Amino acid sequence: MAGEIWVLVEQWRGRVSDVTYEVLALGREVSAATGASLQAVLLGSDVKDLLPTLGAADGVLVTEHPTLGEPVSEIWALALAQLVERHQPLVLLIPQTNVTMEIGSLLATRLRLPFVNFCRDIQVTDKRLVARCLLYGGKVEATVAPQTPAVLGVLPGVRPQEQGRAERTPTVTAISLDLPAEPPVRFKGYTEPPPGDVDITRENILVAVGRGIQRPENVALAEELAAALGGAVCGSRPVIDQGWLPPSRQVGTSGMIVKPQLYLALGISGAPEHVQGMKDAALIIAINTDPRAPIFSVAHYGAVVDALEVLPVLTEIARSRRRVA
Amino acid sequence: MLNIMVLVKLVPDVVEELEIASDGRSLDPASVRLILNERDEHALEEALLLKERHGGTVTVVALDVPEVDDVLFTALAKGADRAVKISGVEAGLSTWAIAGALAKALTSSGLVPVDLILTGVQAIDDLDGQTGPIVARLLELPYVGMVCRVEVDVEAHKAVVIREYAGGVTGTFEVSLPAVLGIQSAEKPPRYVPVAKVRAAMKTQQLESVPVPGQGESSSVEILQMAKLEVTGGAVMLEGSPEEIAERIWDLLKERGLV
Amino acid sequence: MPDPALSTYAGLPGYLLLWVFALVAFGLFGYRVAHFVRLFLRARPEYRGGQWAQRLGFFVLHVLGQRRLFDEPLVGAVHFLIFWAFVFYSTSFFWNLLRGMVPVLPIPYADEVPWMTLPLEVLGALALVGVMVAAARRGFFAPPRLVRSLDATIILVLITVLLLSFLTSEGFRVLAGHSTSWMPVGVVLGGWFARLGMTPAASPLYFLSAWWVHMLVVLGFLAYLPYSKHLHLLAAPFSVFFSSPVMGTVPPPSEGAARREEFTWRELLNGLSCAECGRCDRACPAFNSGFPLSPREVVGFIRDLVRAPANPKSLVVVERSVVESPLASEIIPPAALWSCACCYACMERCPSLNEHVHLIVEMRRSLVSRGEVDDRLQAVLTNLSRYGNSMGQPARARARWTQDLGFTLKDARREAADYLWFVGDYASYDPRIQPATRAAARVFHRAGLDVAILYDEERNAGTDVRRVGEEGLFEMLREKNLQAMGKAQFRQVITTDPHTFHGLRNEYGLNSVRVLHHTELVDEMIAAGRLPLKRPIRVTATYHDPCYLGRANGIYEAPRRVLRALGVKLREMRRNRRRSYCCGAGGGRIWMEEVPGIKERPAENRVREAAELGVEMLVVACPKDYVMFQDALKTTGLEGKLVVKEVMELVDEATAPLEG
Repeated sequence: MAGEIWVLVEQWRGRVSDVTYEVLALGREVSAATGASLQAVLLGSDVKDLLPTLGAADGVLVTEHPTLGEPVSEIWALALAQLVERHQPLVLLIPQTNVTMEIGSLLATRLRLPFVNFCRDIQVTDKRLVARCLLYGGKVEATVAPQTPAVLGVLPGVRPQEQGRAERTPTVTAISLDLPAEPPVRFKGYTEPPPGDVDITRENILVAVGRGIQRPENVALAEELAAALGGAVCGSRPVIDQGWLPPSRQVGTSGMIVKPQLYLALGISGAPEHVQGMKDAALIIAINTDPRAPIFSVAHYGAVVDALEVLPVLTEIARSRRRVA
Repeated sequence: MLNIMVLVKLVPDVVEELEIASDGRSLDPASVRLILNERDEHALEEALLLKERHGGTVTVVALDVPEVDDVLFTALAKGADRAVKISGVEAGLSTWAIAGALAKALTSSGLVPVDLILTGVQAIDDLDGQTGPIVARLLELPYVGMVCRVEVDVEAHKAVVIREYAGGVTGTFEVSLPAVLGIQSAEKPPRYVPVAKVRAAMKTQQLESVPVPGQGESSSVEILQMAKLEVTGGAVMLEGSPEEIAERIWDLLKERGLV
Repeated sequence: MPDPALSTYAGLPGYLLLWVFALVAFGLFGYRVAHFVRLFLRARPEYRGGQWAQRLGFFVLHVLGQRRLFDEPLVGAVHFLIFWAFVFYSTSFFWNLLRGMVPVLPIPYADEVPWMTLPLEVLGALALVGVMVAAARRGFFAPPRLVRSLDATIILVLITVLLLSFLTSEGFRVLAGHSTSWMPVGVVLGGWFARLGMTPAASPLYFLSAWWVHMLVVLGFLAYLPYSKHLHLLAAPFSVFFSSPVMGTVPPPSEGAARREEFTWRELLNGLSCAECGRCDRACPAFNSGFPLSPREVVGFIRDLVRAPANPKSLVVVERSVVESPLASEIIPPAALWSCACCYACMERCPSLNEHVHLIVEMRRSLVSRGEVDDRLQAVLTNLSRYGNSMGQPARARARWTQDLGFTLKDARREAADYLWFVGDYASYDPRIQPATRAAARVFHRAGLDVAILYDEERNAGTDVRRVGEEGLFEMLREKNLQAMGKAQFRQVITTDPHTFHGLRNEYGLNSVRVLHHTELVDEMIAAGRLPLKRPIRVTATYHDPCYLGRANGIYEAPRRVLRALGVKLREMRRNRRRSYCCGAGGGRIWMEEVPGIKERPAENRVREAAELGVEMLVVACPKDYVMFQDALKTTGLEGKLVVKEVMELVDEATAPLEG
């Protein structure tokens, strides 16, 4: 196996996304297993300032070009294609988010390289690159071996991001590319979400409260936890009916259908109408005093305890540990 | 007037309990029920909305797999004008192979060019790529994904599309037509079509069939193994004091990279 | 007394005047009625023939007997009197008109015949009192939802005048010395007139005046009638005669109706038979909870539609949303239609036997065919067509509730059995009601019943799907269920779900098979001694009649007998049996989005009613009731004060073998 391990830096709106460090951490492992160097690939129009944050890589390949300023996938894929053809890496790891969703497919099709989606882990086994990918809405895991060189799309959360951060200025290789000035897809601008209430269907982390929360004041406790976790509060019907939360926060068939990465159900019994609205969450943790509450049949993890006792403790943990991180 | 093509794909319904086949590398076909990929349903809706707005036609194209007829007749009942089955492809679990076959068949049968090709931004079984970008590349058309809104300027032959990012931020892009768009969500939830209309479509309308010329594309990604991820039958119970439970939850969130 | 027709008035003979007035009045009447008849002929056909004896029975009971009006006894009695007075007065009127217009006929006037005079006088006087009561009710203690229109006032005044003019004419007869013992009111009035100083010599003139006032008022009434809400007195008898012979029906399959020409003639007829009395609204759980539905207004929209002379093409009843339109008053907001729980309380109460639910279902169909359903309902309908259940659960999970029973239920597809148990969606999938489903299984097992289920081939029976207006989906579900049932061998069908029960019994065409609700079967089992009581249930409870068991199928006593046999002391809620108050789940409501601004949900109202009786337990016989009332206990804070139980849970408890 020859060739470097590349990680595409997801830089969006002047910032390197956290997921980049997670993938860098993974890339570091792959690089160790193959003995090849780990290169971060940084594209943009004026990105020199971001270089010091990429110390986890052995080197950074930088291409600056006016049309690379915003992540127009077409152009990024074209730039990457030129880079890959020129330097022949073993593998290019692309953090897979809404920003970079299709870059892998576009690039792989251009170069007729194998591409793998939804990777949650990558290893080198018997000198082969082996990826574990999530399929069918997270119900099945497929272990696959792409021919190399390959392009792999990596899901967020693959490694802790701290492992992909290092205070070190890597070797920088600037590469200039010939890119079209007037591409067929033209970026026009960003629109911020309208101020106002949270759209819980778009939140990655939801702290959900049910009747077990007992009093409206306790919703504030849930709100503190949600803030500490970087998520939002939602609720089941009784809570909305009581007017403790606005209807826009209702989860369930008569409210919103949500599919967050984390659904923390506090004092929710799990009536089917509610369960329908959240059963597809990637991780469901339920806390309820009733051991027979149906919520435990859809939850991945459960605890039979008063949610109000766990809430403040968890908020405190989240606050202190996140600050450290 | 806008001629729109919608590429749709059927995927295993994850409501059903999926089982792994005895070879350990694929799904047990007996456990699989195919349904229309949710994002593709949105792509069809967006196409119908655009047709209502600008006039023109909507052609729905899908690979010929079991249960595809129901999906295509439903699309016709909803207001699509043509429904085409692409035959002669072993579907398998390769989006690359499917998209490759679609691109070939579209060119050879003269179904393209059209003004706009819409498809779902991704599917739950997109192991080795997504249909939209692959077809776009093979047809050498521009592509934008994560699209939640499309406004077409028919005269100027271009579209302004809104792409979804995280946290409610959206980006606006202008794209020259023809183009391929990967739809994340239509402007309105996909419409309901009553059963009677689907049945009427089955009686009065015809599905077209187009073969793929030559060899299909094959994937260069080998599946070594498949396994079900979660054991159903209740939650893993966390025991201990509220403090211990909070600690365990924190660890879980960390393991999953959620914090 | 002088013959009014042969007397001359300013040189004109009376019969000539009668001809002129009659032609004008009948012309106006005929013109209007012809409009309606044309409309009904152009409407979508609907077969309402057959079952003639039953129809005649309805006519006797509800037209001649005025039965439903006595639900509100005082006004019922008043209406009864006015109705029967009307029958005699109209007979007398036509008789006199004929006699007057053709004075050569060798017959007396109606009021010269003793056996007509007596009822006319007695009923007239009583009806006069009735009219006063009716006027006082309108004026001072009107019930909610009664429409107090100018129209109604005009009619009351006309009735008063025509009654008074007849009775005074009788008084003048007496004054003139023509008294008989068949004229009790006339005699009294004649005495009064004499005391007032009126002379017998002048009485013919008075008599003629009263006679003409009477005839002209009646002719005026006739001309006015078809232009007013009092058309109900002509239309209602037809409505009653051509009403659906059984309760709980929906209109025949159609693509729905939003425009005038899309309704059937019987549906349009509702608009004319409505007397705007508001009984439907007073009975309607959706209306009383503050949902945007008034069944009376739904019928009112149809009335406006039927009355409007305009180009029918432009008259659309259901719009996508309330649009600005000159016809805005003729537009029903879809939210009103979606609010209906199809509990049939309105139809059960309507004295004209109007069919509100038919109208609602018909218009819902139109919305469904245009794809206009709310997101939640859309998801449910999609689930039903994809998985055969409303929850979106895999079919293979349908019989999972049987797993820890301790015995196996026969698979109807493989083995013959006496009873096919059609379990239903909620009873199968909803974890809250599964314990009751398991209790039913244990009871059947204990009684030694040979029971089988269809396992994953059973689908939602479609009863509520049909009422949502998705007729095609209902037909698909029925087809698939009948296919599955076709593979099975059984003699009778049982189910614990009244909605399923109603569908299978009345809408599946299972003519040769007896379909039983579980309470009927258990009633029979107990009577046959096959379920010996081991542990009496010593509680005071009240029983809630499910809409689709009670009102729709008339099964009121079997569940009560079962409960009494268990030792339960039953106390009745005020609204029991056919007046039972719906939990609000029916007609697909349980699948729809919550409506904002609801005062008190029907289920909450109902559990409060039960709690007010001071009973410990509210017993239900329907999975949806169970779920709705459990929920309502939480939201009303009655948890701990009242317990909701399914009949079978009690039967199971009472008949379980004693330990040791």
